[in-house]
Amino acid sequence: MSYIVRIVDLHKYYYLGGEALHVLKGLNLEIFEGDFVALMGPSGSGKSTLLNILGCLDRLSDGKYELSEVDVSHMADDELSEVRSRYLGFIFQSYNLLPQYTVVENIEVPLLYQNIKLNEITKQRCLALADMVGLGSRLDHRPFQLSGGQQQRVAIARALVNDPHVILADEPTGNLDTKTSVEIMTMLRKLNQAGKTIIMVTHENDIAEWARRVIRLRDGVIESDIRND
Amino acid sequence: MNFAKLQRSALLAIRSLWLHKLRAFLSVLGIIIGTGAVIALMAFGEGNMKEALDDIKRQGATNVVVRSIKPSDDSSTGSRSFVASYGLTFEDLSRLQNLDGILSIVPMRIFPQEIRRFERLVSAGRLVATVPEYAIVNKLELSTGRFITEKDNREMNNVCVIATNLANRLFPLDNPMGQTVVIKNNHYKIIGVMKDRMATSASGGSQAEEVFDNDVYIPLDTYRELYGATIFLRQSGSRSGERMQLSQITLTIDSEVDTRAGREKVKAMGDLIRSIIQQRHYKTDWAMTIPLDRLEELERSQDRYTVLLAMVASISLLVGGIGIMNIMLATVTERTREIGIRRALGAKRRDIITQFLVEAVVQTTVGGMIGVFCGLSIVLIAPIAMQKFFNQHLPTLINSFWIIVSLSVSILVGVIFGLYPAIKAAKLDPIEALRHE
Repeated sequence: MSYIVRIVDLHKYYYLGGEALHVLKGLNLEIFEGDFVALMGPSGSGKSTLLNILGCLDRLSDGKYELSEVDVSHMADDELSEVRSRYLGFIFQSYNLLPQYTVVENIEVPLLYQNIKLNEITKQRCLALADMVGLGSRLDHRPFQLSGGQQQRVAIARALVNDPHVILADEPTGNLDTKTSVEIMTMLRKLNQAGKTIIMVTHENDIAEWARRVIRLRDGVIESDIRND
Repeated sequence: MNFAKLQRSALLAIRSLWLHKLRAFLSVLGIIIGTGAVIALMAFGEGNMKEALDDIKRQGATNVVVRSIKPSDDSSTGSRSFVASYGLTFEDLSRLQNLDGILSIVPMRIFPQEIRRFERLVSAGRLVATVPEYAIVNKLELSTGRFITEKDNREMNNVCVIATNLANRLFPLDNPMGQTVVIKNNHYKIIGVMKDRMATSASGGSQAEEVFDNDVYIPLDTYRELYGATIFLRQSGSRSGERMQLSQITLTIDSEVDTRAGREKVKAMGDLIRSIIQQRHYKTDWAMTIPLDRLEELERSQDRYTVLLAMVASISLLVGGIGIMNIMLATVTERTREIGIRRALGAKRRDIITQFLVEAVVQTTVGGMIGVFCGLSIVLIAPIAMQKFFNQHLPTLINSFWIIVSLSVSILVGVIFGLYPAIKAAKLDPIEALRHE
């Protein structure tokens, strides 16, 4: 199996008022295709920063990051957008659906930024995904008409629409109750079993248990890296 | 950026704006008022101007008009005679007739007279002694009969053509054709009746307002034979006389008013005519009017009006544009999170720029359309209202050029004032934007 994510000696500094803040201190990490990784750690450990860098939303200060064996460390802003658009899917803690769009339209958003024509085929794909996450009967609802769990399921469908190499989830169950959390995690596990690579940030141990591999960060370094299975 | 993508952006923009209808409307109010004002004011201005220009063209834009005027009391001569003697003479006329480049030359003698029928019916009238060309130069139309001919003039026939209004008063019941009217003990046979003729307005210089309602036209040579030069007028009990041979000579220059060279020729001929008449007149008992001068003056004032209006319009569109920019900046702040989401989902900076720019342009374009619609409505309704409530004629002229200009400017305002907020939106850091509450 090949690495889908490979980071070598990753450093990240933030500059606050002329003072450098060393957030990630020389991380080395490889993630295999089809893995399900939970990133854990206390606040300030750098797990969110790491997820942002993995999601090509933030840039590393030093080191190297290869996604699907392509070095994305020094890509220009437009190229990074292209990478996000083609190879990455995002799931957020607060769902981040667009309030003025319906369920189907929200699922469709990532396709707007690919150079493809929206036609009947893409439409069918969006409908199939909505069906898959169990919202086939609420296609024309707006986000405010849906419960938190339903919104997060729309977000999952949206993260799948561009058939990404990696799904990045930032505390996907952080705003949900236990029962709904289980539903969402079941869905993510199914996706993983179907072959999707998932990287998830969480601070809850029982959520991390759903993952195959748990990586704990502390003060910008990897504290532990344990496989669950 | 392909067309389908742009179309989609426009649709999405309309939907976003539809969520905040009132806000969108208020933010483009400046544009609406600006374009509406341009359309309406331009239509009124150009309508008014066209009316004035048409008026001048009716007087003949290639004409040079020389008129007799009473000189300011010249006590220098010492002899304040009972009969004032002044004005253009038949000698002036024959000297002008020798000029080249003149299409027609129409001398006239105009003076008030009482027009009688059977010594009973009396009407105040204006006697115009002139030549056949008068009808051509003044584009005169007759409702019946014919105008004075060369033969009438040569044979000094006692014939006349009268205005409709006068004809109706003297012959309320019967046909005036072939009947006889009496003017100063002379009998004239009516050979024609004029159609109603629009009065000309005063046009500066010596050109006074002219009303043609009570005109009686007789051959010039008949007048010369019967009256001579001295005309006695009764005015509220006192008698005064004036000795004047011709009250006006209208010369039509053989030239085009629509070309620069043609206009130059009219002016050159005007100068020549002035110098010819000046040689024999030591008093300023005559004056010259060139309608073209007034035409050009009006054209210049139209240009000034247009510039002035363009300034007013640009100020209102600037204000409108600032309104748009203001709202767009607020929108960008309000939708920071949306921008972050879109960026995370793969939107490039230029996608974000396009989105907000299209939104601004859609707003100003729709605003411009509403403005044009309002402007046109005003242009169509105002004249009717003026007629109905104030009984005044309000001329308008809708020029599609101004519709195109104001619409294009609206679109341009959207691009210019939407660009900065759009760039500001695109420059947001995706992570910061995502964290924005």
